[in-house]
Amino acid sequence: MNALPLSRRQMLFAGALAGGGLWFGAGPAGAAQDGVAGSPGAGLTAFIRIMPDNRITIVSQNPEIGQGIKTSIPMLIVEELDADWSQVTIEQALADQKIYGRQVAGGSMATTLLYDSMRRTGAAARAMLVQAAATRLGVPVGELTTGSAMVRHAASNRSLSYGALAADAATLPLPDLKAVTLKDPKAFRIVGKPMPGVDNMKVVTGAPLFGIDASVPGMKIAMFVKCPCYGGTVASANLDAVKAIKGVRNAFIVAGNGDDYELAAGVAIIADTTWAAMKAREALQVEWAPGAGADQSSEGFAKAAAALAGTRGPQEIFTEGDAAAAMPGAAKRLKASYHYPFLVHAPLEPMNCTARVDGDKVELWAPTQNPEPGRASIAKLLGVAPEAVVIHMMRCGGGFGRRLTTEYMTEAAWIAREAKVPVKLIWTREDDVTRGNLRPAGWHHLEAGLDADGKVTAWTNHFVSFGKEGKFGRAAAIETTQFPARFVPNFRCDATVLDLAAPTNFLRAPANNGFGFVMQSFIDELAYLAGQDPVAFRRTLLGTPRLVGPADKRDSYDAARALGVLDKAAAMAGWGRKLPKREGLGIAFHFSHLGYFAAAMEVAVADAGDVKVKKVWAAGDVGRQIVNPSGAINQVQGSVIDAIGSAMGQAATLSGGAIEQRNYDGFPIMRMPDTPPIEVAFVLSDHPPTGLGEPAYPATPPALANAIFAATGVRLRSLPIDTELLKA
Amino acid sequence: MNINGKPVTLEADGDMPLLWALRDVIGLTGTKYGCGAGLCGACTVHLDGAPVRACQTPVADVGTAKITTIEGLSATDLGRKLQAAWAALDVPQCGYCQGGQLMAAAALLRDTPKPSDDDIDAAMAGNLCRCGTYTRIRAAIKQVAGVRA
Repeated sequence: MNALPLSRRQMLFAGALAGGGLWFGAGPAGAAQDGVAGSPGAGLTAFIRIMPDNRITIVSQNPEIGQGIKTSIPMLIVEELDADWSQVTIEQALADQKIYGRQVAGGSMATTLLYDSMRRTGAAARAMLVQAAATRLGVPVGELTTGSAMVRHAASNRSLSYGALAADAATLPLPDLKAVTLKDPKAFRIVGKPMPGVDNMKVVTGAPLFGIDASVPGMKIAMFVKCPCYGGTVASANLDAVKAIKGVRNAFIVAGNGDDYELAAGVAIIADTTWAAMKAREALQVEWAPGAGADQSSEGFAKAAAALAGTRGPQEIFTEGDAAAAMPGAAKRLKASYHYPFLVHAPLEPMNCTARVDGDKVELWAPTQNPEPGRASIAKLLGVAPEAVVIHMMRCGGGFGRRLTTEYMTEAAWIAREAKVPVKLIWTREDDVTRGNLRPAGWHHLEAGLDADGKVTAWTNHFVSFGKEGKFGRAAAIETTQFPARFVPNFRCDATVLDLAAPTNFLRAPANNGFGFVMQSFIDELAYLAGQDPVAFRRTLLGTPRLVGPADKRDSYDAARALGVLDKAAAMAGWGRKLPKREGLGIAFHFSHLGYFAAAMEVAVADAGDVKVKKVWAAGDVGRQIVNPSGAINQVQGSVIDAIGSAMGQAATLSGGAIEQRNYDGFPIMRMPDTPPIEVAFVLSDHPPTGLGEPAYPATPPALANAIFAATGVRLRSLPIDTELLKA
Repeated sequence: MNINGKPVTLEADGDMPLLWALRDVIGLTGTKYGCGAGLCGACTVHLDGAPVRACQTPVADVGTAKITTIEGLSATDLGRKLQAAWAALDVPQCGYCQGGQLMAAAALLRDTPKPSDDDIDAAMAGNLCRCGTYTRIRAAIKQVAGVRA
């Protein structure tokens, strides 16, 4: 077995598999060097396994939530390994950050982090196979070519399969990863080609794939009933009556640890079937002790936020120039307050997790975007070693950020241990909505000043958000660099943090999903105030194509790339064309998660106020290479639909510390008849490839609101849109 | 009961929804739980070819009707064509709703082999896709039906 440092903590390894195979993988530096014959050894996992019969397995390290990562990342390995896509099988990795490093479906980061390293991994394995062939055939490496998992020597018309070379390659020293030869992207045969998802046939035939489909011997169904008000605890419950119901095996109170991100208080019900558990819930009567947020409501927060208009927030976010001094001298000034509501994620597969506890070992089958916080909570609360928690990352029936928190994993493990039986914990849809993690609502009290030419000279924003004791909660902060910071000479953003008892969480393009609407709608207002075309006004605001901020950093802003997508979306939409009465075109752009996106939208507004989206054009710049165009377009179209659906009708409202909505009737998801055609274009720019799960979202809601303004003259400053305001 | 062409003996209370009988008792997990209230369509199955929401169908009401689930869709030529189109056009994102979408699409094309856009909208409006794959669902239905995209 051979090993080579990959980073300070990780090393590449290669070695022999029983029966003459090669494995090639990664693991922690200092891991057992003497892997058991026939396996990659303790603590190591192979990214690539090649068997003598040329069967090739690629391990996919990140959680699959519908973003297509189980297809796109292996494509990078297989491209450089130089096998055919049809020759490989893809396998899902276990959760083990010591081996893989970050295994998170979040922040649109997988492509960014893995594009180069996975190509190099594939190329290194290829180099070893080529070296093995050179030795076997007695020819120089330079005379050999590869393709379809074969090494060929054209001069002597000889070829060897990777499988035939695997045993020899396993004994060779590892190549220098930094020096390994990568393909010229022009020669790509897999990357950049539309590849259907690797599990598509399983999906369309109903094969058990998802977390909720997991089954272990002796398993019972568990439900966990929590206080409607976040943070509430159980005073008493009629457990005996519940236990008497047919099919119910057990019912008990879980005190919890007071942390809604880990283990809230509630009543666990163990039953033979989900239906029996549901019937038990109907019979369950609990006296709750409400939590700290029992007096919190969306209405109350709205009043508190409204009272802050025209004031400065106690927290300074970003200041440049002197907005207070510049504002009075502006030729034109505009004040506006914007709002977006709390949201829940509502993925179609509700939270669930299957858990088996055996002594001090815990095994989980979890649909998760982020297994490690679950492991940490379980280790802490059950008093087991983190290494004793085995986590099978099941395909997720949607994520959208919801499964970044892991309380359902902790609940399943705790309940399985208490009940002394393996359980599949299933949340009902009502649990999923009422115990959602909230996308923080927000208010922005804005003012801007224009000079005589219509240029923005001053901008202030008092941002009202949520958290505890003055600190922003999860997903509730605003970046110092949020556009148009650094593009307006006199700029100030400050903030007030309202206390919120309910847990908040990242939702697709977190925070930016609200900021995009606010900034690009207000910029639209300023364009009309200046009497300028909305695209031309935005071009002037972006200014000369240049990089603002440090190069290659998350907080830099590339005006050239923003201009590129803005111009592309405008061109696609035929910007400037005349439309009939009560129809309009709107446009917006936004940068987040390292991706630049612009959306243009055409709407028709009925006299009764109903809005029909007729067409959407989305243009994105996520670097020089789209790894899987099929998945990429699907992600962009899905993001656009998600964003329109949310802007049209979604709000989670708090009353008495509890969410008032319960199911999809109260929290509507966009449906087929409302879905417009969505044209997608990628603007390729010479930058490293970055992720696509999120950045197409934020430009969409403002494109909608701006199109509605163009159609009706009504400026909507609050989401979801109120069609009552749009009546002719 | 007759499920996917095979006789199945089920021991369950009559009020148990077909959804949970399929998933928890019979072990066919392709039919999905999404809302439990007939709002999302993830649990769509066929009773004698007609699409129904399994979460709203007590097993006692099934009677002698032949049940087809997503696991049995490939028994027909139409079902196989739909599955192949879904996979080739790369319709799924997370895939959780797609079993229900396919069952709804199969029922549509059985009764209306050449559907208009309005027909597709009407037949598919009850099936949510939280990932928003509607554009490709429509394209896949049209490809199988041989109607213009």
